Amino acid sequence: MNLPHPELYGLLGEFDSPERLMDAAKKVREAGYRRIDAFVPFPVEGLSQALGLGRKHDLVPLLTLAGGLGGGLTGFFFQLWANMSSYPMNIAGRPLNSWPAFIPVTFELTVLGASLFAVFGMLALNKLPQPHHPLFNVERFKRASNDKFFLCIEAHDPKFHLKETARLLQSVNAQHVTEVRDED
Amino acid sequence: MSAGDTPVNSPEIQRLARVIEPGHSYATVTDKIASIVLTRPTSIGWLAGFSIAFTLMMVLVGSIAWLIAKGVGIWGINIPIGWGFAIVNFVWWIGIGHAGTLISAILFLLNQQWRTSINRFAEAMTLFAVACAGIFPLIHTGRPWMAYYMFPYPSTMGIWPQFRSPLIWDVFAVSTYGTVSALFWFVGLIPDLATLRDRATNKAAQIIYGMLAMGWRGSARHWHRYQSAYLLLAGLATPLVLSVHSVISFDFSIAIVPGWHTTIFPPYFVAGAIYSGFAMVLTIAIPLRKAYDLEDFITMRHLENMAKVMLATGLIVAYGYFFEFFMSLYSGNKFDVFLVQQRLHGPYSSYYYALILCNILTPQVLWFQKMRTNVAVLFVMSLVINLGMWLERFVIVVISLTRDFMPSAWGRYQPTFWDWSTFIGTLGLFVSLLFLFVRALPAISIAEMRELVHTSEDHE
Repeated sequence: MNLPHPELYGLLGEFDSPERLMDAAKKVREAGYRRIDAFVPFPVEGLSQALGLGRKHDLVPLLTLAGGLGGGLTGFFFQLWANMSSYPMNIAGRPLNSWPAFIPVTFELTVLGASLFAVFGMLALNKLPQPHHPLFNVERFKRASNDKFFLCIEAHDPKFHLKETARLLQSVNAQHVTEVRDED
Repeated sequence: MSAGDTPVNSPEIQRLARVIEPGHSYATVTDKIASIVLTRPTSIGWLAGFSIAFTLMMVLVGSIAWLIAKGVGIWGINIPIGWGFAIVNFVWWIGIGHAGTLISAILFLLNQQWRTSINRFAEAMTLFAVACAGIFPLIHTGRPWMAYYMFPYPSTMGIWPQFRSPLIWDVFAVSTYGTVSALFWFVGLIPDLATLRDRATNKAAQIIYGMLAMGWRGSARHWHRYQSAYLLLAGLATPLVLSVHSVISFDFSIAIVPGWHTTIFPPYFVAGAIYSGFAMVLTIAIPLRKAYDLEDFITMRHLENMAKVMLATGLIVAYGYFFEFFMSLYSGNKFDVFLVQQRLHGPYSSYYYALILCNILTPQVLWFQKMRTNVAVLFVMSLVINLGMWLERFVIVVISLTRDFMPSAWGRYQPTFWDWSTFIGTLGLFVSLLFLFVRALPAISIAEMRELVHTSEDHE
């Protein structure tokens, strides 16, 4: 794809409250932009909906379920195999498949598998760790982890036009509009 | 009493109901908490406290070195009392850790806003308590360098650990608990590490916090997945914390030893763990809020609520003691009846009476709001309960083991210098880690406090 500004990542609008940001996000979406993201210092309720991110966007619960099932099944069948097939040992005639005694370890490994998948799955889906990002070139963006709320319209968006998009951001009450450039 | 006696909007009631003092904005919350780590100079008090704790930690290192050189014979354990201080301290430390998980996971699921400013350091406390706890069973094995035998690895001998043994369940429960607590803590820290990265002015701090923050930039897409991972972790940690102390109680209750073989152990151990854990959270919170002027964030409401949780769990523990006592007498089993007599009149009866005094009688002062809102009383109570819970584990481990079924198997247990030095050494390790934590990481979750500022604005 041929972009008019190859080094331009997008336009960043700054807001001073989550309510203003939400309002702006809704209007920008109504204007037809799709490649947008918001950057906030704490999770804001309803922001994902305002940006048009559906439930299907979130694979973390599914991954957690897979991790839990994987951990639990591995734990249980490993104990069964170790006691019944790998090294069967007759202790006072008790059954080799004494499954109730295998439950604590099965439970712990279920929780372990699910937790590891939840955390590392979340990081992988978020593509973290990611040391470099064009947004970090913007000095003002430091306040995204403090008290300011940002909305970014990416240059990849088919509707993106440097002047018009900047005007749109100003019209939805952005306090500052900054061009984000990827300078390597 | 009619409703008119206490005006609902009196300033006193409002003061006790606040989870954050008024007048804070996103920026002031960020500044206040981040400055403790980034700009505040290291105080003389911090240096003095850390030096004392570090010295005690060196006592631990020395004790372990001597133990490895000489073997577990330097402790007071013998036959039949194979489980002396090592197990008492292990259970005590792991129990302390449980309050951190309760605050961060269970109170999160129950949507209790007052957890916000205390969850971070309570989780850190959990991790450090688990680290202290883990040392004891490890060195109690006598040959800690062989501890990997407890994990199922494909060995040339072709054998596996005994998966039907509560001691192996313990290995899985405690290692899972340590791992999940660390994950939960770290996930909670990511947004705050990004804040520290963005605010640090010193190059080394920028690089270190930058690496730890992993490039977090607060994207709405990221927060969305982050929140669902955090909620799921809370949901997983809740049954986990209950299972861990239940499994630890199985170490006792699955054995047939009198005083151990009872079905009340799992719930009573879990309640005791939360009881001692909240006491430890208070022991840490009270000096912390004073030293770093955090009274705006760790308010009277937090302290009072923790006191209420202690009162409630203390009553559950008292119920456990009563029914342990009652069921022994009611069962008519002569070994159980004898054990009760030994607790009341045996050689260790002074420990039992001290336990009742610390865990049941003294905490009843918490029924009074005047006491619950008196910081000095709360601090003393927290120390008394910590001591009481340690005594509880001593009574359970030692009295039962010294009074087995046959008089020929009876014995006495006397802790030695090395028992004490190892225990005090772990206190040093715990406090050293806490001191380092307060200096290097935000002791209160900044992102969650901003959220709290946002929601409390909505209410006004």
